[in-house]
Amino acid sequence: MARRLYNFHGGLSLDDHKYEPTRLSAAPSHIPPRLYLPLQQHIGSAAAPVVGVGEHVLKGQLIAHATDYISASVHASSSGIVEAIAEFPLPHPSGLQGTCIVIRTDGLDRWSVRDHLPRTDYRTRDPHELRQMIRDAGIVGMGGAGFPTAVKLNPGPNVKIDTLILNGAECEPYITCDDLLMRERPEEIVEGMLIMQHILQADTCIIAIESNKQEAYRCMLAATQAAQNAALEVVMIPTIYPTGGEKQLIQALTGREVPAGGLPAKIGIVMQNVATAAAVYRAVVLGEPLIARYVTLAGGVPHACNLEVLLGTPVRYLIEEMHGVRATVDKIIMGGPMMGFALPLDDVPIVKTSNAILISTVADRPLPARVEASACIRCGECTRVCPAQLLPQQLYWYARAREFERVQQYHLFDCIECGCCDYVCPSHIPLVQYYRYAKTEISAQIRDKQKAEAARQRHETRLQRLERQKLERAQRHETRKHLVENNADNSTTGGAGNDTKKAAILAAVERSKIKRATSEGAQKNVENPPSDVQQKISEVDARCAKKCPEPRDDSAN
Amino acid sequence: MLRLKTPSSPHTHAMTSVSITMLKVIVALIPGIVASTYYFGWGILINIFLAGATALISEAAVLRLRHYAIAPALLDGSALVTALLLALAVPPIAPWWISVLGSLFAIVISKQLYGGLGYNPFNPAMAGYAFLLISFPQPMTAWLLPETLSGVHLNFMEALHVTFFQAWPTELRVDAVSMATPLDLLKTQLGVHKTISEIRFGTSIIGDFGGKGIEWIGNWYLLGGLWLLYMRVIAWQIPLAMLATLFALATLFSLYDPDVYSWPMFHIFSGGTILCAFFIATDPVTAATTPKGRLIYGAGIGALIFIIRTWGGYPDAVAFAVLLMNIAAPTIDYYTQPRVYGHGK
Ligand code: SF4
Ligand code: SF4
Repeated sequence: MARRLYNFHGGLSLDDHKYEPTRLSAAPSHIPPRLYLPLQQHIGSAAAPVVGVGEHVLKGQLIAHATDYISASVHASSSGIVEAIAEFPLPHPSGLQGTCIVIRTDGLDRWSVRDHLPRTDYRTRDPHELRQMIRDAGIVGMGGAGFPTAVKLNPGPNVKIDTLILNGAECEPYITCDDLLMRERPEEIVEGMLIMQHILQADTCIIAIESNKQEAYRCMLAATQAAQNAALEVVMIPTIYPTGGEKQLIQALTGREVPAGGLPAKIGIVMQNVATAAAVYRAVVLGEPLIARYVTLAGGVPHACNLEVLLGTPVRYLIEEMHGVRATVDKIIMGGPMMGFALPLDDVPIVKTSNAILISTVADRPLPARVEASACIRCGECTRVCPAQLLPQQLYWYARAREFERVQQYHLFDCIECGCCDYVCPSHIPLVQYYRYAKTEISAQIRDKQKAEAARQRHETRLQRLERQKLERAQRHETRKHLVENNADNSTTGGAGNDTKKAAILAAVERSKIKRATSEGAQKNVENPPSDVQQKISEVDARCAKKCPEPRDDSAN
Repeated sequence: MLRLKTPSSPHTHAMTSVSITMLKVIVALIPGIVASTYYFGWGILINIFLAGATALISEAAVLRLRHYAIAPALLDGSALVTALLLALAVPPIAPWWISVLGSLFAIVISKQLYGGLGYNPFNPAMAGYAFLLISFPQPMTAWLLPETLSGVHLNFMEALHVTFFQAWPTELRVDAVSMATPLDLLKTQLGVHKTISEIRFGTSIIGDFGGKGIEWIGNWYLLGGLWLLYMRVIAWQIPLAMLATLFALATLFSLYDPDVYSWPMFHIFSGGTILCAFFIATDPVTAATTPKGRLIYGAGIGALIFIIRTWGGYPDAVAFAVLLMNIAAPTIDYYTQPRVYGHGK
């Protein structure tokens, strides 16, 4: 039974450069002398360390736990001693630093106890319990976004998920880590998917694979057939970049569009990456937390390959140990050539979302340097290829002119930064760079406005409080005077004075009750977001790398 | 510490550039140029040379005055394309200063004064053509009788003499080799109340569907145009909408009164229709850019060509139709924004 496929607008066909690294199987990388494990490798709040400096940790041991509903735990990826908990560079385009737990490995790679369910037992378990296991394993979306998987698997009580999609499209050139995973561990992926299907109670499960991965397709097909589950489908989709984008893949498979600003769950769909599914399997069935992942090393290296890398391994170590070309490296891209970002330095660790390292050396530049931009000739090529059906040229025009109102009217925030427009532009205009700039500026403006608003509110509340306190003081004063007078008047009875006092106490109790109730209510919101809105907020928050307590108007985004 | 470059994504780029695009346009014009030369002789090439040289020199001069780098702008090829289109629209026996002035106007006034490539609201070649037609109507409407009809062939030196000194070989009389264009002819004859069929069959210069012989030049432009479509240099919407609209209107009117309204193929294969559809109306800078907008833009040009040819004061209408729609392009773009993903169906 072949599934009907749909087209999405635009897209590119790119040279995929995928052959070389898929000839070899993915070897486990060596244990580096030090592992740098950032507390934040995901969208949401950073994890909080539960180990101290000098402590000995075992492989798979929890070293930092999730602090919030949208957060993810971190585990030691090998055994050793915690050497430091301090700021180190993160894999980030701006060379951002963040707190990392540094483990000096002992080379023994000794496991801690693994807590797990016996095989196939998950069918009898409550989804809540399974979600907790996934959460405890620190699993986040491994396709690049890094959104905590347990949260994504909890769309809320009133949301019916009909389709679970496993994204094995891997549409970016050079990257082959999912390809190899599908070839080498198809059973794990299928099992993981079945676990997630059970959690979501989804009717259909689709594994989508681009047509340039025939071998992976065959392996996945065999594994799904072995699972003998009628709900599972393996679908081959045409190789068009960016068909692996969440929105594009949903459109290609179902013809449905995710409403602007909403999550796929709104239209009954949850999408997970294939590597995430394998991680879910390992967490639930083998009791292994997320401590390693497949990473593609490609570009200007002698042998492009895939490695199973321990999280926290420095990129520098990988390059030195595996290829020894470090001295001549002049550019390192984390991710693919279309959407990946260039690392300012190589002393950064592999994290849960790092799928590929592309290396450009002085001798071997797989990715050409940018050509100087010239004026836009309004050729409309960008419009033709934009998968979001935007008008990239107009966006560019207004972003450049800093007309941020207009650029939002042209739906800047629907841009997925896929780079298609930029790729085809004959004038070589760095379009995506302009969009990022405009997005950052607008977000900053919104944040400033909110800050100002919050400050204004704080100020007003303070004035009110002062006013109230003054009033209360005056009242108390009144009462006391009254009391004294009363006491003086009817020193024998004293009933009325007691009553007033009691009333005042009662009122105070009542006030504090209300206060508690409201603050509890607010907290609940954080712990148990009723809707995807909360998730969105956290996504935005994470992006701003700053916690912002006021709910913001998402429609502005 | 290793210092690395951190350019913004994407880190790869298609093998495209403005120069490559313009080069393709020039290549696509070659069949049409060869055909024109076959019918009209050396005058075509002389005009191309004059216009091209003027365009490059004047562009370089303006860039120099504006303190811009000269090489990148000249190498992008856009000035050359403008010059080519203008030269092909100018009569092959026009005096030399026609090509030079037209090219100068196109590059300096309608391109560089607006800020250079990408900023010009009007198609420079057509602005230059309109300027010439308005200022010098007489030399702009005196066309050469195709050599296939007159049997007269000017060699290169004779052609040069004509262009530079308006000096014809002694044995030739000017009116023996020059003529009005078929479009012009039709207009004047209709003016003296002849019917279309009287005109069509009463003259030797009108062939099956356009000017006799020269009706075939359109096909060679068409060939180049189709290649551009195939190479995705131009979008299909503009040529299709333009030709379809022109054809539909012409059919409608000639069915209504075949004595007054010329037959549809005449419209398609006369004047600059085909050249316009594939090479002029598709100039990206001055056209509408949204897919729907391009349909409207093309249709607008087609309709205007028909209207101006039929009821207007000028025999051919390509330049004015294009310029008028240039004005409308930004508005068209504004009202034809595509529906963005996720924003309702
Ligand atoms: S592709 Fe580049 S030159 Fe063409 S319209 Fe878009 S931004 Fe302008
Ligand atoms: S980067 Fe944005 S504007 Fe450009 S093609 Fe992708 S979605 Fe469209």
